[in-house]
Amino acid sequence: MYVRPKPPSDDKRFKQLMREMKRHGYARNSLIEVLHSAQEAFGYLEDEVMKFVALSLQLPLSKVYGVATFYSFFTLKPQGKHTCVVCTGTACYIKGADRIMESIENEYGIKDGDTTEDDELSLLSARCFGSCNLAPMAIIDGEVAGYLDEDKTLKWLKGVLYV
Amino acid sequence: MSEMKTIHSLEELEELAEVLREEQKSKSRITVCTGVACSSLGSEELAKELSEESKNLENCEVKKVGCKGLCALGVLVEDDKNMYHSLKKDDAKNLLAMMEGTQESSEYILSKDIPFYSKQKKIVLENAGYIDPDSLDDYIAADGYKALFSAISDMERSEVIDEIKKSGLRGRGGGGYPTGLKWSTVEKAIGDQKYVICNADEGDPGAFMDRSVMEADPHRVIEGMAIAAYAVGANKGYLYIRAEYPLAVKRIKLAIKRAEKFGLLGENICGSGFSLKLDVRLGAGAFVCGEETALLSSIEGKRGTPTPRPPYPAESGLWGKPTLINNVETYANIAPIIRNGGDWYAKIGTESSKGTKVFALTGQIKNSGMIEVPMGITLEQIIFEIGGGMALGREFKAVQTGGPSGGCIPRDHLNLEVDYENLKSVGSMMGSGGMIVMDESSKMVEVAKFFMEFCMSESCGKCVPCRVGTVQMYEILKKISKKDGTRKDLALLEELCDVVRNTSLCGLGQSAPNPVVSTLRFFKEEYENLLVESRCHISISKEA
Ligand SMILES: Cc1cc2nc3c(=O)[nH]c(=O)nc-3n(C[C@H](O)[C@H](O)[C@H](O)COP(=O)(O)O)c2cc1C
Repeated sequence: MYVRPKPPSDDKRFKQLMREMKRHGYARNSLIEVLHSAQEAFGYLEDEVMKFVALSLQLPLSKVYGVATFYSFFTLKPQGKHTCVVCTGTACYIKGADRIMESIENEYGIKDGDTTEDDELSLLSARCFGSCNLAPMAIIDGEVAGYLDEDKTLKWLKGVLYV
Repeated sequence: MSEMKTIHSLEELEELAEVLREEQKSKSRITVCTGVACSSLGSEELAKELSEESKNLENCEVKKVGCKGLCALGVLVEDDKNMYHSLKKDDAKNLLAMMEGTQESSEYILSKDIPFYSKQKKIVLENAGYIDPDSLDDYIAADGYKALFSAISDMERSEVIDEIKKSGLRGRGGGGYPTGLKWSTVEKAIGDQKYVICNADEGDPGAFMDRSVMEADPHRVIEGMAIAAYAVGANKGYLYIRAEYPLAVKRIKLAIKRAEKFGLLGENICGSGFSLKLDVRLGAGAFVCGEETALLSSIEGKRGTPTPRPPYPAESGLWGKPTLINNVETYANIAPIIRNGGDWYAKIGTESSKGTKVFALTGQIKNSGMIEVPMGITLEQIIFEIGGGMALGREFKAVQTGGPSGGCIPRDHLNLEVDYENLKSVGSMMGSGGMIVMDESSKMVEVAKFFMEFCMSESCGKCVPCRVGTVQMYEILKKISKKDGTRKDLALLEELCDVVRNTSLCGLGQSAPNPVVSTLRFFKEEYENLLVESRCHISISKEA
């Protein structure tokens, strides 16, 4: 008989994840919802988490991995202490989002999708936040930063990093 | 709200609405815009300060509301008499003094007679910026759920569908498929279980209409879905909302809960035996999931790859059951149509496209913001009257509509009357409603490259023409923009446009060439000037 797997460790977040899966009745079609919760709890989708989800929902790991890698919202890499998500939508693009991106890349020596070696900053891009009137804009640690230019962006980052 | 109980009938609902309206009349209200743009300028703090400062004023209520539209002039606040603009977070005291008339205010007052407001026609956005999105009371006072209850108690399902057919409403998600026709197909489809789905994936970059509607007036979307569910015979529904819109998700979830609590959703609505359960599903950052068959796969918890149609979702959709899929704005039009009749709606707009359309007006334009205009209005009116013309005093060059599936429309076509067919005739499309205005500083080959990069990265990889074709087109565009392209490259690009358009599996690939085709049509010289051949030509002629 099938027995639901025990959490791989006594990390409280696994308990939380189990509760979430139970709430969905361990339905296989709730996979995306479950991965959203997992990412929210753990910050990213590590192998152990994906394995646990696969076993719990009785799905092949390949399927879980397939879904996790299909959607750009999910990340399999740990994020830095701070995140900067630069919007690269059309309105931001024509107002110079690429220059903003470049200025951060040059300043911190990382590319879109990377994290600095000291885990301080992760640089990401988004397709469009629907905040086109603030173009060009970014979301820095959950806060909306609008009407950016290169200077303003770097200043903003200096204000939150290494403090 | 606390005394409110389950509402069992249309009469009870109307009575309650009357009571709520009376209550509102006895108070003066100050509404503070907390849309994205105003929030980022400190409107939340301003609203809090205003509530504090106005505590002692008799019968004054400060309300946080959704987007008021003219984002370029935020923070916007309105009282019973005036609209005030360009406020800052610590302007509460000044503002109250202006409202009392003890302080000079002309600099801050925004006349509602300016073209930005007077040229608009609000149906979908009638409540946006006036009601508290989290308040069911406010929605009911604005005739909310009246259309649903009248439909359930006084109309046969077929009558509801006839009314929508009469209205001429077409899908606002981009394709423009007649909504009434889609509903009747789902209604006729045979199945013990049917679903209604709201497409709130809003993937087009540069578009935020659906977001604003959900954030400003969430119950309107839910009411539209409920009427649709009644009409087609569904008792379960999903709203598929992109994860990038956490506030919209929160507001919709709360609205569903409230509506359920008071018997406006859930079991046996209005004592009719009709039941509807609604749930939210989150997108996860894949543009292709806006395509309806991919969206279905995603709700089923799978990778969001599209499937060939037919079968259409109307016949075999979610878990193989007949499924109605409409866009947020489409649903947001339903309640007013039922309240005022299909004929009323059909009087607005053009021969082929009825009603209004919400646009997100952005780019190098003065009055950027969110607008709702009657179909048939010209691009010129939108950009130069409502939009106030170009920012930075530069020349207009083109307006981009339809997102990555659309095109760039040049100056010569500014007198075009906006509707589905006309936009197609100039190589663009209605799309979901993003309208990005570009000035002379925008380079069209770069714009085409930008959209091709988008389609290339968002291609799901299932079919070859889209997966490989978009990469090849992108590489050629890159080469041309670096001035390394030749005439042969350009010819190949044109050929690829044709192949990818005609052989891709879903709308993503079929429309991916559009930005290239349209810029080639109107701005070919920009491509040609970058070619190796024309560079040689110039340098030779210089030497000569
Ligand atoms: C690549 C692609 C992306 C799409 N994205 C969206 C979207 O974000 N929102 C939307 O409502 N429709 C989108 N659509 C259109 C849907 O497939 C579908 O036609 C629409 O949701 C139907 O609703 P409507 O008839 O009310 O417009 C997209 C289509 C394609 C091909």
